[in-house]
Amino acid sequence: MSLNLGQIFKFAGGVHPPEHKVESTEQPIRTVPLPKTLVLPLRQHIGHIPKILVKVGDHVLKGQLLAEAHGHVSAAVHASTSGTITAIDEQVIPHPSGLPDLSITLQADGKDEWLKHAPLDYQNMERAELIRRIAESGIVGLGGATFPTHVKLRPDARHPVTTLILNGAECEPYITCDDLLMRERADEIIQGAAIMQRLLGSTECLIGLEDNKPQAVAAMNAAVAKANFNAKVVVVPTLYPSGDSRRLIALLTGKESPAKGRTTEIGVQCFNVATAQTLYRFIAHGETVVSRIVTITGNVARPGNYDALLGTSVRDLLQAAGGIRDNTDDYVMGGPMMGFSLPSVDVPMTKAMNCVIASTPSLFPLAPMEMPCIRCVACADACPVNLQPQELYWYSKSNNLEKADEYQLFDCIECGCCSYVCPSHIPLVQYYRYAKSETIAQDRAKQAADQARIRNEERLERIEREKQERAKKHAERTAKAETAGDDNEKKAAIEAAMARAKAQKETVIPQNTEAVSPTVAAEIASVDAARAKAAEKTE
Amino acid sequence: MTAALLVMIGLGLLLGLVLGVAALKFKVEGDPLIEQIDAILPQTQCGQCGYPGCKPYATAIAGGEADINQCPPGGEAGVKMLADLLGVEPKPLNAEHGVPKPKSVAVIDENTCIGCTLCIQACPVDAILGAAKQMHTIIAAECTGCELCLAPCPVDCITMEPLGEDIAHWKWRYPVVPLKVIPIQVAA
Repeated sequence: MSLNLGQIFKFAGGVHPPEHKVESTEQPIRTVPLPKTLVLPLRQHIGHIPKILVKVGDHVLKGQLLAEAHGHVSAAVHASTSGTITAIDEQVIPHPSGLPDLSITLQADGKDEWLKHAPLDYQNMERAELIRRIAESGIVGLGGATFPTHVKLRPDARHPVTTLILNGAECEPYITCDDLLMRERADEIIQGAAIMQRLLGSTECLIGLEDNKPQAVAAMNAAVAKANFNAKVVVVPTLYPSGDSRRLIALLTGKESPAKGRTTEIGVQCFNVATAQTLYRFIAHGETVVSRIVTITGNVARPGNYDALLGTSVRDLLQAAGGIRDNTDDYVMGGPMMGFSLPSVDVPMTKAMNCVIASTPSLFPLAPMEMPCIRCVACADACPVNLQPQELYWYSKSNNLEKADEYQLFDCIECGCCSYVCPSHIPLVQYYRYAKSETIAQDRAKQAADQARIRNEERLERIEREKQERAKKHAERTAKAETAGDDNEKKAAIEAAMARAKAQKETVIPQNTEAVSPTVAAEIASVDAARAKAAEKTE
Repeated sequence: MTAALLVMIGLGLLLGLVLGVAALKFKVEGDPLIEQIDAILPQTQCGQCGYPGCKPYATAIAGGEADINQCPPGGEAGVKMLADLLGVEPKPLNAEHGVPKPKSVAVIDENTCIGCTLCIQACPVDAILGAAKQMHTIIAAECTGCELCLAPCPVDCITMEPLGEDIAHWKWRYPVVPLKVIPIQVAA
């Protein structure tokens, strides 16, 4: 088999941890049986939380819009199967915090009945209209970053995209969902790429894969030849983190992406292969995002890749993979380099979930004790972003956040290469994550303080203004009263008012003692007499 | 000799003119030190320092009337920043002015509120919405947690609720050595 290697560039650093990909690539993609209950968190993407359109008790069909994209950067959430909404409340979601977040619970009716859907005639559609429809589809970057795809497909006059890159590198150990997708659904990926190419108006399409996926490379090459689509499959050496979009762009084009800007500034836009395939399913079949492929591996009976509905619990996924084996003590979402431990197996699968590893103490042993930094700078050699991890470590550890920011802490992609090579076993990335979130929290507090200062100043100004206005009004009134005329005029006005009041009093006479029946009149007379008597007595 | 004297006098006058114009043109409005101190203060506007707001406290510090350790919402970190700015030794917070509390927001019990507007008048950042004999409510995003609305309320319907942690505001913790409980194997 001859591989079209093309020209490959390089990025700095990188590591090559044990791949562990074979375990989950021996079987084709299998489907997870329809679960009874699905939980759909609203926050499955980067950006604003979508707006809920349904209420508890509603019956919905598969693919029906449950929450629509709200704001500039947001993504929709759809029903993954037909059934009834049983709750809209906070549920634990797959997040390192283990905190609950607003979710929609769907009780499946077992029919899995699709909402009526039709393909989109995208060739004859206005571009803006097509982007709007894609915004309703719920498609987000399925490589793990979950950035809403329609935002990346919007035309930008300032930075035209010339090169479209599909990311099939999948560099993180254990994860094989993109590999299997490319093997089995290469045609759909290429069709999706063609749609993206048309939307972006790019002239070149590169598909980057690591050289540890020969079957996927062959399948993709065959699909490109069959589709007669002007794309080039480029095989890059296996080196973590070549799957990071900016690293892959550097590998394929030799161009460095701006650290504080977007990749479109160098004319490149990058999508995951699964995103392209999902876009194809939406355009060509009208199917919104209701499922994804997830790698279930590690200490399970049948490791492999599973096509599961969004909202399926991790417990059900593990069950579908033959159940966990003895000694499983943890569940890692994502790979061993960038993943995190799930708070529980009763969390739902989201659009970001590409892999779950059932781990054992022997699979991922507890990190050895953190030892002092010996200034070997192995971390700086491994850093793919050309940062100085050892400096960042000192500043993060000592809470010197300003200095850490000066050393470009926020350019760190948290790939974990530095921690991986550190001979002192320092959890470097954890320090950077801590420093990043602390900096963000401080910036937020600063913004809130500035806002409070402005509001306080405006309030004081308003009080002062109102005081002056009142004083002015008062002064005007007294001035008016003084100039109104002499005492006689005033006296006349008072007398006239008194006369008016008197006249009014006279016209108003009690009504209930007149025109009464003789008995009532007698009663009144007797009471009056009694009153007179009482008055005499007291005198 | 005379020429040299004239040149020196001329130069002196010219440079004096330049300096005089510059002093007028680039005059700094207000005291920059007050602004710098005010930027460090948390803008809670709570008055726990004994001054009617953060700006007056900043003015008092700049004027040497107040100490730097009178702001509980700013905490020890705030005291340290003020000490760095002013070039003095940091000192512990003065307990007379209160102790730091977790960030909270005021919440009005809307069933009890009688619509007296007293809290609206007390709020330093206009974070309470309402009108006479209408129900009042707090704009939580604008509330600084100063507690100034608690005292004037005649029916005690305002409570302070600490801000809980949610996904959007969650922070990664400082790394610590993970500990795991390993059961002891007892020899039979």
